[in-house]
Amino acid sequence: MSVCETEGLVKHRPLGSSTRTADTLTLLSYPGFRDELKMNVNQHTPLAAPYGQPQPGYVQPGYAPLDGGYPTSYMPYHGPAPAYQHGAPQQGYSPFTSFPSKAVAPNPVSDPSSPLDLGPARGPPSSAPPPVATGQPYNQYNQSQGDMQNGPPPMTQEPPRPAASQPYNSGAATLPGHQPSYPQHYGHPSTMQQVTNQMTGMQINSGPPTAAGPGYAPPYSSQPPVSSAYSAAPPPSYTQAPPPAVSSGSVQMAPPSVPPASQQQYYGGPPPQAFNPSLPPTTSQQQFTSAPPTSCQQPLPPSSYSSPMPPPSQAPPPLVSQPQQPFPPPQPAYSSAPPPPDSQAAFTSGPPPGAQVSFPPRAPPPSSLAGSFPPPGPPPSSAPSSQYPGSISPHQRPLPSHPSPYHSGPPPPRAQMPPTSMAQSNHLPPGPQGQQQPPLQPGMSAGYPAQQNGAFGQVRGPQPGYAGPYPGQPNYGAPAPAAPAQKRLDPDAIPSPQSSDMPAVQKSRHRIDPDAIPSPIQVIEDDKAKVNEPFTTGVRGQAPPLVTTSFQVKDQGNASPRFVRCTAYNMPCTSDMAKQSQVPLAAVIKPLATLPPDEAPPYLVDHGESGPIRCNRCKAYMCPYMQFIEGGRRFQCAFCSCVTEVPPHYFQHLDHTGKRVDCYERPELSLGSYEFLATVDYCKNNKLPQPPAFIFLIDVSYNAVKSGLVSIVCQELKILLDNLPRENPEADSVVRVGFVTYNKVLHFYNVKASLAQPQMLVVSDVADMFVPLLDGFLVNVAESRLVIESLLDQIPEMFADTRETETVFGPVIQAGLEALKAADCAGKLFVFHTSLPIAEAPGKLKNREDKKLVGTDKEKSLFQPQVSFYNTLAKECVAQGCCVDLFLFPNQYVDIATLGVVPVSTGGSVYKYTYFQAQSDQERFLNDLRRDVQKPVGFDAVMRVRTSTGIRATDFYGSFFMSNTTDVELAGLDCDKAVTVEFKHDDKLSEETGALMQCAVLYTTCSGQRRLRVHNMAVNCCSQLADLYRNCETDTIINFLSKYALRGILNNHTKAVRDTLINQCAQILACYRKNCASPSSAGQLILPECMKLLPVYLNCVLKSDVLLPGADISLDDRAYLRQLISCMDVSDTHVFFYPRLLPLMKLEGDSLPVAVRASEERLSKGGVYLMETGLHLFLWVGASVQQELLLNIFGTPSFSQIDSAMTNLPVLDNPFSKRLRELIDSFRAQRSRYMKLMVVKQEDRAELVFKHFLVEDKSSSGGASYVDFLCHMHKEIRQLLS
Amino acid sequence: MSTYQEFIQQNEDRDGVRFSWNLWPSSRLEATRLVVPVSCLFTPLKERPDLPPVQYEPVLCSRANCKAVLNPLCQVDFRAKIWACNFCFQRNPFPPSYAGISEANQPAELMPQFSTIEYIVQRGTPAPLIFLYVVDTCLEEEDLQALKESLQMSLSLLPPNALVGLITFGRMVQVHELSCEGIAKSYVFRGTKDLSAKQIQEMLGLSKPMASGQQGRPVAPQDASAFCRFLQPVHRVDMNLTDLLGELQRDPWPVPQGKRPLRSTGVALSVAVGLLEGTFPNTGARVMLFIGGPPTQGPGMVVGDELKTPIRSWHDIQKDNARHLKKATKYYEALANRSAVNGHSIDIYACALDQTGLLEMKCLSNLTGGHIVMGDSFNTSLFKQTFQRVFSKDYNGDFRMAFGGVLEVKEMGVGGTSQWKVCSLNPSTTLGLYFEVVNQHNAPVPQGGRGAVQFVTQYQHSNTQRRIRVTTIARNWADAQSQIQHIESSFDQEAAAVLMARLGVFRAESEEGPDVLRWLDRQLIRLCQKFGQFNKDDPTSFKLSESLSLYPQFMFHMRRSPFLQVFNNSPDESSYYRHHFVRQDLTQSLIMIQPILYSYSFYGPPEPVLLDSSSILPDRILLMDTFFQLVIFHGETIAQWRKAGYQEMAEYENFKQLLQAPLDDAQEILQTRFPMPRYVDTEHGGSQARFLLSKVNPSQTHNNLYAWGQETGAPILTDDVSLQVFMDHLKKLAVSSSA
Repeated sequence: MSVCETEGLVKHRPLGSSTRTADTLTLLSYPGFRDELKMNVNQHTPLAAPYGQPQPGYVQPGYAPLDGGYPTSYMPYHGPAPAYQHGAPQQGYSPFTSFPSKAVAPNPVSDPSSPLDLGPARGPPSSAPPPVATGQPYNQYNQSQGDMQNGPPPMTQEPPRPAASQPYNSGAATLPGHQPSYPQHYGHPSTMQQVTNQMTGMQINSGPPTAAGPGYAPPYSSQPPVSSAYSAAPPPSYTQAPPPAVSSGSVQMAPPSVPPASQQQYYGGPPPQAFNPSLPPTTSQQQFTSAPPTSCQQPLPPSSYSSPMPPPSQAPPPLVSQPQQPFPPPQPAYSSAPPPPDSQAAFTSGPPPGAQVSFPPRAPPPSSLAGSFPPPGPPPSSAPSSQYPGSISPHQRPLPSHPSPYHSGPPPPRAQMPPTSMAQSNHLPPGPQGQQQPPLQPGMSAGYPAQQNGAFGQVRGPQPGYAGPYPGQPNYGAPAPAAPAQKRLDPDAIPSPQSSDMPAVQKSRHRIDPDAIPSPIQVIEDDKAKVNEPFTTGVRGQAPPLVTTSFQVKDQGNASPRFVRCTAYNMPCTSDMAKQSQVPLAAVIKPLATLPPDEAPPYLVDHGESGPIRCNRCKAYMCPYMQFIEGGRRFQCAFCSCVTEVPPHYFQHLDHTGKRVDCYERPELSLGSYEFLATVDYCKNNKLPQPPAFIFLIDVSYNAVKSGLVSIVCQELKILLDNLPRENPEADSVVRVGFVTYNKVLHFYNVKASLAQPQMLVVSDVADMFVPLLDGFLVNVAESRLVIESLLDQIPEMFADTRETETVFGPVIQAGLEALKAADCAGKLFVFHTSLPIAEAPGKLKNREDKKLVGTDKEKSLFQPQVSFYNTLAKECVAQGCCVDLFLFPNQYVDIATLGVVPVSTGGSVYKYTYFQAQSDQERFLNDLRRDVQKPVGFDAVMRVRTSTGIRATDFYGSFFMSNTTDVELAGLDCDKAVTVEFKHDDKLSEETGALMQCAVLYTTCSGQRRLRVHNMAVNCCSQLADLYRNCETDTIINFLSKYALRGILNNHTKAVRDTLINQCAQILACYRKNCASPSSAGQLILPECMKLLPVYLNCVLKSDVLLPGADISLDDRAYLRQLISCMDVSDTHVFFYPRLLPLMKLEGDSLPVAVRASEERLSKGGVYLMETGLHLFLWVGASVQQELLLNIFGTPSFSQIDSAMTNLPVLDNPFSKRLRELIDSFRAQRSRYMKLMVVKQEDRAELVFKHFLVEDKSSSGGASYVDFLCHMHKEIRQLLS
Repeated sequence: MSTYQEFIQQNEDRDGVRFSWNLWPSSRLEATRLVVPVSCLFTPLKERPDLPPVQYEPVLCSRANCKAVLNPLCQVDFRAKIWACNFCFQRNPFPPSYAGISEANQPAELMPQFSTIEYIVQRGTPAPLIFLYVVDTCLEEEDLQALKESLQMSLSLLPPNALVGLITFGRMVQVHELSCEGIAKSYVFRGTKDLSAKQIQEMLGLSKPMASGQQGRPVAPQDASAFCRFLQPVHRVDMNLTDLLGELQRDPWPVPQGKRPLRSTGVALSVAVGLLEGTFPNTGARVMLFIGGPPTQGPGMVVGDELKTPIRSWHDIQKDNARHLKKATKYYEALANRSAVNGHSIDIYACALDQTGLLEMKCLSNLTGGHIVMGDSFNTSLFKQTFQRVFSKDYNGDFRMAFGGVLEVKEMGVGGTSQWKVCSLNPSTTLGLYFEVVNQHNAPVPQGGRGAVQFVTQYQHSNTQRRIRVTTIARNWADAQSQIQHIESSFDQEAAAVLMARLGVFRAESEEGPDVLRWLDRQLIRLCQKFGQFNKDDPTSFKLSESLSLYPQFMFHMRRSPFLQVFNNSPDESSYYRHHFVRQDLTQSLIMIQPILYSYSFYGPPEPVLLDSSSILPDRILLMDTFFQLVIFHGETIAQWRKAGYQEMAEYENFKQLLQAPLDDAQEILQTRFPMPRYVDTEHGGSQARFLLSKVNPSQTHNNLYAWGQETGAPILTDDVSLQVFMDHLKKLAVSSSA
């Protein structure tokens, strides 16, 4: 418990498993709350009350029975769980003897929430052993609590106890017993192994905390007790504990290994096999969760609660999992020591005290992490001291009696850290890293206990109760008294108490340990670790693995996450709930996404002349959700309930379950994604479409010629023409091509096969564009190859001496459009353009770049098109199925906001190569061009999203055009384009039927075939907010929020948009805190497990160049990014907002090195790092890098001899170089745009650019650091809660 | 009379002038009483191989509004070195270069035989000739091929330094750039948009680019090259252009069922005119438009592209049903005027089975002195040879064409001058000039006085020289009261017929057909009344003097001619016929009015016979020349013999010769005629015999067939009146006292 408290941040993970079980196993699942990150501010007390009041029922009953019965029932589980716990902690914590034990506990905790964390690696080992002992009790608690709220809170104290592991086990056992639902959900999946996996996952979770631990380590070190505490506590709680020892290194190590396991459990694992096991796991997880915290706490506790507390808190917060961990620990604590007897009482009271305790711990955390949270500055200083105490206390508690330790523990920390640190933290993110978190952590640790007890109850009976309970808590009372008092102080005025308590501590608090706050890397690694088998889509409401995880998908009736990702897989049943939670309900749909080779593309279904079978009323297409009735003669629409006759040719008998006998023979009855062959009724003008055409329009004005662009394009096109998209790789592409060059006038080319020489047709009437020829403009490449090559050879020569500097743009697109119209086909324009179109012509623009407008009310106008001409043009393009891809090569302002209108509205792309120079940019451009030309693309597409009754697609984001409110029209739709769809409630949804959506895209393939691609998606509906929070996807939410914000800046002040984002995010988290989290002090930052990265990612969005421009960011850049992001899918936005940073010191085997967080602190002077942002690749070379590395990479022994202008690494014959280049190539292959490699030498001027992407740091343009932002977010949340 | 005949002939040979009256009435009133106005046909560039041009410039009268040219009719004071203008009586000193002038040493222009004299003007740089082809590509493949060949052939006929340009059009209009190497380059204009000259020049990059001027580099070289991009010397782009023409494709835009191809003739011409306007104003240039159908879109559209809507007929026009007529006509007139102002002429070569809109477009040629050639297909010898003849050369190897002509007429007694611009002239171009006697009746020109007229024609010779041809003629004034006999005998009935016919045609352009006929009839009756000898109300007593004897017959045929009759002719055909009628010389014009009919038989040498149905006999071969058609008609018997193949038999060699004779004669005519006539070889009962039957005087019809001798001639199935009926009627009216 104490550990948890110390951690302060408790994350509740709505793991798939836990959520599912939730219904029946609610209690157990609640333990899942561990996911939450709690920031202990000072408000432990409040937690108690809530528990007592609202949850009393839950808690008490839960506990009692659990205690008695569960233990036994759990017994079996104990086996595995303990093992894990033990194992994990041991391993991870190995350095710290104490850690292992704690680790065990943490592991369990982590399972649900923290799997992401480092836990896995460390977790497994540690978890195994520890759990056994105390595990059971914890479990009970967890379960009971879990049901109520998240369950996590209570454990905090206990976690420290190695017993935690046991509790988990028990918990696991109980779970299975309790919840048949789990089995259902996870059914098969959950087996012992899985459990173990989960356990490992948990451990992993704990792992991260450990990472945090390290952060704490320093403080600890300062405080002897702390260190000891950590050793003891941390280990159990998470890997964190161990990490502390090893610090980052250990953390990293641990996570990778463990994460996979945990991830699997969550996603892949749980579903099928995992279910059963999952149940246990869930339980276990809960336990774990609790455990982890405990572990965290434990680590701290060992030495001193305070100290342990902080670390855990720190760790936990960062790690989503932490919360869980904390919980578990508490449980164990309860079970083992005070809990059983006092259990209920203790919990109720305990929790509060715990909370209180946590607060104190927070203080400590502040030092480590906490410091950052509250006021970074103060916390650090205070943190250490406070932490120690806090950490110690937890430990003590666990050992002697939970309550007391907690109390004792917490108080000190509070006194120390909270006051000052908290205050500060609240005020500002100043305490960059740790402060806020630390406080949280402490809170957590303290809170955990509290939560554990009360948490479950508390959740429902929010804070008010806490206050009560805390004071009331007799158990804790003794130890707690001090704490409570402090806590109380905190809530009222955190700063003062803290400051008063520990001025010295404050310093420590100020420096919040970044390792203690949720780490994206940890989450990613954990998720990876969880996946070890294909993700099957058959289970409704199940969140898929993260986009950063590679996994295989088996379509079992829902669309693959490669096609559709949702923000929430459990939709709130009512709009009130949705409003309350503020969690956006959206899906990111990438209809033509490319699938990996081992997954079959959607089957093509041909229903013959009558076309696809559809519902008579809503026109939904036949899909697995349609219910066949009356012996198969009719079917009832799953979307609108209308009954439709089955056409005779489609009739089939039903089996005894009401399923059609041929169900599995027909893709449209068994799969989530498939295609229909469209009939002529689905074609424009009732005519089957012509094959599409590609038209290349090349700017040949002075700039274009001089930069070498013209000759490069022409040269490349000769090759590219052989690689036009085709469906059948054997056959020639049927795509026809045409060529236009232009400056102030347009030159069309007749390249008819029968000509000896191409002919140029000049159209100067740009005011009234038309296409001067028909026959011979669009030609088949194979037939006209010679003429085309001759043309491409001659174009650069012809314009070599041009002195024309003015260009037109509107007429260029008109020309392509008219050509397609004349040829009566859809197609794509590739426009290569250099400058602002100032020549007299429609769509003429003037230079309106005015940096003075940035930051003013008029700024938004700069994102709007300058003239309405292009909007009209775009509309016409869409009507014809004319998609426009724009390649820009500007040397100055070109007004992308205006030029991009047509590409964006037609489903096209904009590529920008500022200051294009043949030598350095050629490769990037050509690769982009190649990919753009070759990629699969559909034309003249219409996308329609149908939903079941109750919800409705209300808004769409992406590159497309809408002429009404329902049809998304895409002149072109390629495999990289995603559309984000927002849903709103129309009515109440039912938990039984869930919510369905069907996305149908009617399009023309590159061979001219008209098809319908259908993606179906079913999600659960929930009446409990907790379910919502447990089954959502932060990456997708960020995708949505970023698109939402970027659209917002068109009409609103940028600052207002940013505030809106922050506000919404705060509301989401506050709602969770208020309704789902176990009660804890307001000073605790509690994050849902699934959203523990929300703040860090959101911060990245907020400080992105579009929303927060730096001085060197041009308006064009912002407009460009704005448009670019609008059609990104989830993985694109993920890497774009949070770049991937890989250390390259060791490259071995096929596995990737584990990424490090995007912060300068993570860079070692002696290292080399590769950073990928989705648009750029940086190779950062530390100033004191090893010679061997340099030789291996650059072939030079000297740092100073590295040519920072190189865009490709030299080809050296050594394994390292080879592997690195492979790595770079594979990165590039993953992205839709070629990333130019920039070599950045440390302390070189170019490093500024690189640093811009270290998104966890404070940015030069004023963007907050992660830690600061987390503090700020916490403050916002607290304001909302108060 | 012979004197007058000779005088007239001599005058025509020397000066290319034929007056309706060779004695002029001395007052306005009397002039109007003569019915036929004092007028003349003038052929400005009549070929005069015997007249070498002089290498100096003309001496002009110094009076600002006179500027008459020194001529043989001027009074010269050799001692004072002064000459008196015979138009304004201004006394002018000779220029210094004439210092050596004396009775014995007279400059050519003072010698009587040089009443027509040609000066070569040395001023200014000689501008090259310019030929701008404007080619319709909405043709059948076969036609286009033929046209392409003709155009390619024409390149070899052009002087090497001439500039050529090419514009092609269909749905779009393409201006081909001829200077570029490698890729063939052309500027394209939308066929539906009316562009101003300035816009066109801008779009072609011809306007002065301001940007380039800023760079401090002389603009000239670049501009010059820009100007020349579209118009290049033949010798430089010969090969290039030949290839370009060879690659010309049919207009690629699909023509849906039931539609006409979209043909942007209006815009193409506008671009052509705009191009020349911007590059070579006031330089001789010839726009040669080749069309295979009517303009169907854009400005100047004559008919929509719906095939179900037929192109306007006379019927439609009369009913005011021709939607596009007025607009199109106005459009082309505006273009024609612009072109004329710049001295560019426009030829129209229209080859199609249906109408092509000549009615609307005729002004292009009429106002600029261009040719109109109408045929059925470009793949006919009619077009091919006619086109070739456009480039025919004279005895000096120069083209028989001149450009940028300005005709100035100075007239005695008024001292005023009138100027006309004739953008293109050829040796047979003949103008009709109508004079007005301005003297009042109470102040007649004194007896014995002479009236003088001076024609000053400035033009650009095809060898790029600028030349001035001056013709000065004089006629005596006569008092119509006392000298009516003399005046009557000075009547040139041929010239008068042509001149009156031109007046009629001119009226027909703007008036209803019947009105014109009525007017013409009235004039004829009045003339007969004036000069006929008769007893009142006694038709049989009516007589006309020899100098007027043929005039009524000309009028009879004129009334039936396609120039006034639109029946059976499309508006285009009418326009075409009229176009040529008003510009051919007297001989050709007379042929047009009253076709010539030759008869070939075993009974003697070929002889001209009456243009009468009675001339159509079974054992004759007839050759009819209507200017536009050459018809060889084999009589019934001859036709049967020919069918039997007697001409193949040695013993019937004479028959073969007989058959050959008209062919040879026809060939001779074909060789010289421009435009080449339609050649028809037919026989009795042949469908094409209608060409003959419609021309001959229907003296025998189904109505009076048996009233006449049985064996003579062939009956014509018509209700038209015959010459006899016409004359009878005329006499009756002429002698009627009530008329």
